[in-house]
Amino acid sequence: MSHSTGHSELAEKFANNVERMNWHDKALWFVRLKRDNQAKSLDEWEELRSTADKIKKHTLENLANYLEEFEKNALSRGIKVHWAKDAKEHNKIVLDILNSKNVKMVVKSKSMLTEECHLNPFLEKHGIEVVDTDLGERIVQLRNEPPSHIVLPAIHLKKEDVGTTFEKFLNTQKGNSDPTYLTRAARAHLRKKFLGADASMTGVNFAIAETGGIVVCTNEGNADLGSSLPKLHIACMGVEKIIPRLKDLSIFIRLLARSATGQPVTSYTSHYHGPVEDGEMHIIIVDNGRSNILSTDKYKKSLQCIRCGACLNTCPVYRRSGGHSYGYTIPGPIGSTLAPSRDLKKYSTLPFACSLCASCSNVCPVQVDLHQQLYLRRQDVVDAGYLSPAKYRVLKMATWLMSHPRIMDFAGLLARKIVPLLPRSIIYSKINIWGKSRELPKFPKNSFKELYKAKKGSK
Amino acid sequence: MSSRDIILKSIKDYAPSKSSELPNINISHASYENINEKFSTSLSSVGGIAVFMENIEEIKEYIAEHYADSKVIVSNCENLLPIVTKDANATKDPHALHDVDLAIIEGEFGVAENGAVWIMEPKNRHRALYFIAQKLIIIIPKNEIVPTMHEAYEKLSFGTQNFGLFISGPSKTADIEQSLIIGAHGAIETCVIFI
Repeated sequence: MSHSTGHSELAEKFANNVERMNWHDKALWFVRLKRDNQAKSLDEWEELRSTADKIKKHTLENLANYLEEFEKNALSRGIKVHWAKDAKEHNKIVLDILNSKNVKMVVKSKSMLTEECHLNPFLEKHGIEVVDTDLGERIVQLRNEPPSHIVLPAIHLKKEDVGTTFEKFLNTQKGNSDPTYLTRAARAHLRKKFLGADASMTGVNFAIAETGGIVVCTNEGNADLGSSLPKLHIACMGVEKIIPRLKDLSIFIRLLARSATGQPVTSYTSHYHGPVEDGEMHIIIVDNGRSNILSTDKYKKSLQCIRCGACLNTCPVYRRSGGHSYGYTIPGPIGSTLAPSRDLKKYSTLPFACSLCASCSNVCPVQVDLHQQLYLRRQDVVDAGYLSPAKYRVLKMATWLMSHPRIMDFAGLLARKIVPLLPRSIIYSKINIWGKSRELPKFPKNSFKELYKAKKGSK
Repeated sequence: MSSRDIILKSIKDYAPSKSSELPNINISHASYENINEKFSTSLSSVGGIAVFMENIEEIKEYIAEHYADSKVIVSNCENLLPIVTKDANATKDPHALHDVDLAIIEGEFGVAENGAVWIMEPKNRHRALYFIAQKLIIIIPKNEIVPTMHEAYEKLSFGTQNFGLFISGPSKTADIEQSLIIGAHGAIETCVIFI
């Protein structure tokens, strides 16, 4: 990896374990099918998607006003509101609040924003224990790995991996990898943490400008139990989490779980509008590059994302390359357009981790034009000169060939005559990177042009 | 300039001169012939159970029969005080609820399309009760079922209340190999009783 995260190199590592790759592919496709069943069961599905798109579009166009309205209403409810320009400021605000209450242990529920800000290592460096409480997040935390999916953090692992991890950290029976047994063990382990925590942190699914409250959706009840026991609750949100009205939730709540896991709704949809008795509730509103994305007409729609993960589940590349191959907090199609906003050079290979099949755009509940954005990102990468030299040379050659039709016809003729006669060792030699894990199709006798002429002539 | 002002300014700088309309929410959807049945099917598909009863005596019998192993029982329903073993509101500290086996709470209405119940109990002191109890019974007035989340949110407002939630079935997870396990961190059983 010379100048980028190199998606294809990392993907190759993942794909080397063919059995594991096929399992991963199937497991996610199953989630996609569950999503399809839910979508098909509602005649109004497309109307929900287009309404969600309109609400988000309008909100982003008036974002500053809605943020101010949200802040005003939250403050009047006794919620403390903080603003952070970037990850560094966000982490400092969190640390200052925790220190002011002398917090030693914090229970945290899933928040891609705190992952983005690398909050855990920062707090640990300052002597605060952070316990991720979503089961999947806890598993990857114990293994010292990042989540590989935004909704299913441990989807890259098999139950045997979880079994050995719990054996080591939770003293579970050796060799027992029964999911029920392991889940019960985690329940007991995390109950102690919930009861012993001095503070809780959660993400935010939706922040309602009209009421000044936030909504968090979980199946496990971890954000909910975690935030209702200690006196201190800190919720972190990106600026784009705002929705104007309470009733807008009817659209988003109907779409979110159906798109994410194929459930009609999550087990818990908690609406926080103030602290627990004698407690404090803080909300940190974070920019960290989001206003930059807002300034780009081509990419601002990516801020509509509600982090359901449907585009990951459907993506043929994600399913076969795994979340860790993206090298960014958010993998899959949405991550491949968000990451280059942050650092085009570092993430220059991600827009190419895509077959442009457009399935992501088709399943997106808020109609983000994902494949279109990835197509445009590729052009940015080429314009900035970040394309890998090999790819650059091949494309240059192709451009030249295609702008010389006669030579192109001749080259095609040669290829049709010669390639079928060549031994595999030459066709699939090192130079042919395309053929590394692909087979060439059978070469036809005639070119398309010849076939077309013949067909036209016969009429 | 504060971070707040910097963020708001940069967002304002990029705002378009003309904005699109905020759409009205007017989604037409299928109506359910038998809304009770639809609620029951939705709830059982997410691992919960719905029962319809005539009076409070029936509820007591049901609890005696199905929750015999629940030792610590809490409830704010006045009619159920005889079977309550612990006052959840007595203490200031929600941690004291760690041993609750069964919480019987009151919901406002159910949602047929997804088996969710809206809960916003002014009588309940600790929101932790909804998540810390091993098992949950939610009692709802008969006929209080709306078809979808659209009708549900039309009914909601946040005045002085600072917490409310939808609960749909027991807590669950599929984080280990996508196998669905009922009972993650919250209740391992959720029963909705209409009376």
